[in-house]
Amino acid sequence: MTLWLMAGLLFTPLAWAVLTLLLDFSKGRVVTWLGILVQVLVSLGLWATVASEGGFHYLLGGWQAPLGIELRVDGLAVTFVLLTALVAAACGWHGGLYLDPGKSWHRYFWPLFWFLWAGLNAVWLGGDLFNLYVGLELISLSAVGLVALGGQAEALRAAIRYLLAALLGSLAYLLGVALVYGQTGSLSLAGVATLVSDGAVSSGPVFPLVLMLLGLALKTALFPMHGWLPPAHGIAKSPVSALLSALVVKASFYIAARLWLELGNELGSYVLAQVIGLLGALAVVWGSWQALLQPKLKQVVAYSSVAQIGYLFLLFPLTWGVAGAVSLQAQQGITLQVISHALAKSAMFLAAGNLILSAGSNKVDALAGVSRFLPFSLFSFGLAGLSLMGLPPTGGFAAKWLLLQASLGSGQWWWIVVLLVGGLLSAGYVFRIYRASFVEDSGTDHFYHPPRSLEVIPMILALLALGLGLVSDSVLSVMALPFDEGGAG
Amino acid sequence: MSTGALLPVAALMTSLLASVIIFALPETRSRLRTVINLGAALLKLALVVVMIWGVVQGQAYEVAFTMVPGVEFVLRADALSMLFAGLSALLWLLTTIYAVGYLEDSPNRSRFFGFFSLCVASTMGIALAGNLFTFFLFYEMLTLSTYPLLVHRGTPKALRAGRNYIIYTLAGGAVLLLGIAWLHGLVGDLRFQEGGYFAEMAPALQAPLTIIFVLLIAGLGVKAALVPLHGWLPQAMVAPAPVSALLHAVAVVKAGAFGIIRVVFEVYGLEAAREMGLLAGLAVVAAFTILYGSTRALFQMDLKRRLAFSTISQVSYIVLGLCLAGPVGAAGGLVHLVHQGIMKITLFFCAGNYAETLGVHRIDELDGAGKRMPGTSAAFTLGAFGMIGAPPLAGFITKWTMGSGALAVGMDWVVAVLVASSLLNAAYFLPILHRLWFAGQQAPLPEERRWGRLETSSWLLWPPVLTAVLIILFGLFAGTSYSPLGWVELIVDREVAL
Repeated sequence: MTLWLMAGLLFTPLAWAVLTLLLDFSKGRVVTWLGILVQVLVSLGLWATVASEGGFHYLLGGWQAPLGIELRVDGLAVTFVLLTALVAAACGWHGGLYLDPGKSWHRYFWPLFWFLWAGLNAVWLGGDLFNLYVGLELISLSAVGLVALGGQAEALRAAIRYLLAALLGSLAYLLGVALVYGQTGSLSLAGVATLVSDGAVSSGPVFPLVLMLLGLALKTALFPMHGWLPPAHGIAKSPVSALLSALVVKASFYIAARLWLELGNELGSYVLAQVIGLLGALAVVWGSWQALLQPKLKQVVAYSSVAQIGYLFLLFPLTWGVAGAVSLQAQQGITLQVISHALAKSAMFLAAGNLILSAGSNKVDALAGVSRFLPFSLFSFGLAGLSLMGLPPTGGFAAKWLLLQASLGSGQWWWIVVLLVGGLLSAGYVFRIYRASFVEDSGTDHFYHPPRSLEVIPMILALLALGLGLVSDSVLSVMALPFDEGGAG
Repeated sequence: MSTGALLPVAALMTSLLASVIIFALPETRSRLRTVINLGAALLKLALVVVMIWGVVQGQAYEVAFTMVPGVEFVLRADALSMLFAGLSALLWLLTTIYAVGYLEDSPNRSRFFGFFSLCVASTMGIALAGNLFTFFLFYEMLTLSTYPLLVHRGTPKALRAGRNYIIYTLAGGAVLLLGIAWLHGLVGDLRFQEGGYFAEMAPALQAPLTIIFVLLIAGLGVKAALVPLHGWLPQAMVAPAPVSALLHAVAVVKAGAFGIIRVVFEVYGLEAAREMGLLAGLAVVAAFTILYGSTRALFQMDLKRRLAFSTISQVSYIVLGLCLAGPVGAAGGLVHLVHQGIMKITLFFCAGNYAETLGVHRIDELDGAGKRMPGTSAAFTLGAFGMIGAPPLAGFITKWTMGSGALAVGMDWVVAVLVASSLLNAAYFLPILHRLWFAGQQAPLPEERRWGRLETSSWLLWPPVLTAVLIILFGLFAGTSYSPLGWVELIVDREVAL
């Protein structure tokens, strides 16, 4: 049963992609909405199965990698599958209403959307290094296509830049995979980890690990390799920006984190962990600072992503050479940060899209007086902002709390400074938007009112980010579900 | 979970739900909005009264669940939380009545009352929080829900004040969070407990506990406006009068003071805090704040600004009372939480009435206003005399209790501070009273308007008159067990006499 659900999550999105490729925008929309419903149900089904029976390992068709596809599902993977279903459903719904059906090239939104979803599920569920690469490439190519959907020259420029960065990152990763295969003769992540920890490999593949992490960090836009992100996320259509910031960057980070947790303690070093953490810290400060300065609303949100991604890389120092309980706190904190940022950032981009739609301009200053006319979208934006600032009771706060505890527990107090200062800086750029919207002496008092459902979607996502903090203990307990090594093959 | 456990949740939800409904209502449905506002306020007051009754009977109302691994979300009604919850429920009702009148026909009322209710929900949460983590949750929620109220008018001045408020309070919040997280890492999740935790403490913890204490007090001191963390408060008086009233009497500054009370009493323990030498430093800061605030108030010509500096001074009475570290002094500090609340809210209501009815904002424009608005001016006079500490008003009870508490523990210098502060209070309030009642009107009033049959709209007149009556009652009946002082003595018995 689980096998069918997993296969369904991987291959049916591809089928939807091909199907929508043949249809125009409106028909594609109907088909997609139907498909979203199915995908959400299947994701829920997998989640329920894993929650009751625990995780599994599969060799699809009985072939070993690299020929076959190795799948694994545990509590963490299934949580991300569900998160993807949720955010993608919201963006697909929003996109169907937001995008102008009159523009002929918008019909490509649907197939690209489905390819992206297939790639994401492949990454969450992949168990071998090569197929993770395939998933990653599928994601990158469809993401680049989605950015180019903006149509203007500026969007194309951003897309090309994104494409180059993504390809470079993939190449570095692939090279690392090839070297690992050469040294260990295995592509299965779990297999390599066993070989390394048993000492079966003479010289551990340290260089390949660094190479893979470097490539993945480039694709995750870790400072100082973040240059491609703000233009791409800023210029893309709002539902696309939401997908990219919420999910796409998380996929490469997910692989990096899994590599680190499986191999880091054997192959990593204190210096490597600290350097990665330091880059994350710089990303937090630099990204937030840039967000404070941006004149355009969506650029503010995009730079905020650079900052929020920085927090994720604190995983590396906080899990290296520390007590098991501290490492667990750090892992839980980072996972919550991934989820809450995904929900909050998608809410924020969608709400920003609505605000831009109604103010008729993408400038922050153009928002003067919006608080009187469009309180609903502004409210969603604000609620999402709470999670980014890490204020209670949001998921972002729960994440920050756990990371604070992990920093205290590991004695690495310097990350506390990053966590607190980062929170204040993000408050700075979020309040800059509020402040603009509260200005009363604006010349305009005519604002376009977007349809109600466009306003409801970001609100739902923002409320989920808010509620995540309250139930984070139960969410984490599902994620902690173990994963059964001897599962049916 | 028994039905009793639901009471704290219900008390919190009344204003939270009211807020959600009000946000959803269209701007034009003002009558329905007023009904919901007042209905929720009355319901909340009733719930709090029931809980107070239960707490007297020795019942405990508590709800708890694990929120983040290792940390619980706890809502609990105990004697101390009821002191603050009772104050905020009562004053919310009166302020809502006042605000309905004050904002009649002004724009953005839906937004205003939505955040207003949210602000009160946060205050309720602060009162009912059962551990520092839960306290922090609502403490930050209060910061955020007051911001839109502060910048409600959207003028450049209001936006600037709002920005400063946010910078001060969020930075304070970050420091507080660090303190709470550190304490949690050190000793685990501590529920508030009468008598505190550190009475028998390993000497090795002395150093970290001292630093944590400083962090906690610094974080809370921003809202409690301890000098030098008070900078946001005088600017914040640009807010509409009901907001200032709420801010100064119940919500923001009191949240800080209440947090300090919780930390000293129920985390560290009064005895332990004194033995660790933590209170001496705090006493000096509080005493300095009292004198500084009063002195600065002398030089303000804007009425609300003078009242704001007076708040800075008065809230520190609460802190200073705790630092006396004896049952009597602590009772004096605690009871001032309530007394300062009703006195200051009266004064701000009156200031709002002068501004709205006569257009008067400056003290030198108040000449002869007593004849034009006798009800408001009488209430103002009572509030002012209360602040000065004239018997038999509520403020006198505070100062008397604190003075005897100081003498009891041999901190005689505190009496000198109290006397000096009273003199300063008299120096900045009596000239106002003189102008109100004895000076003849020199210039025409800036913007006089007729509003109803009485001296001003009855929505605006009755709240200050009622709170002024309370100032007398709380003073006269301080000896009975249902006065604030009686309640506070019950708390102190449980906290200190262990």
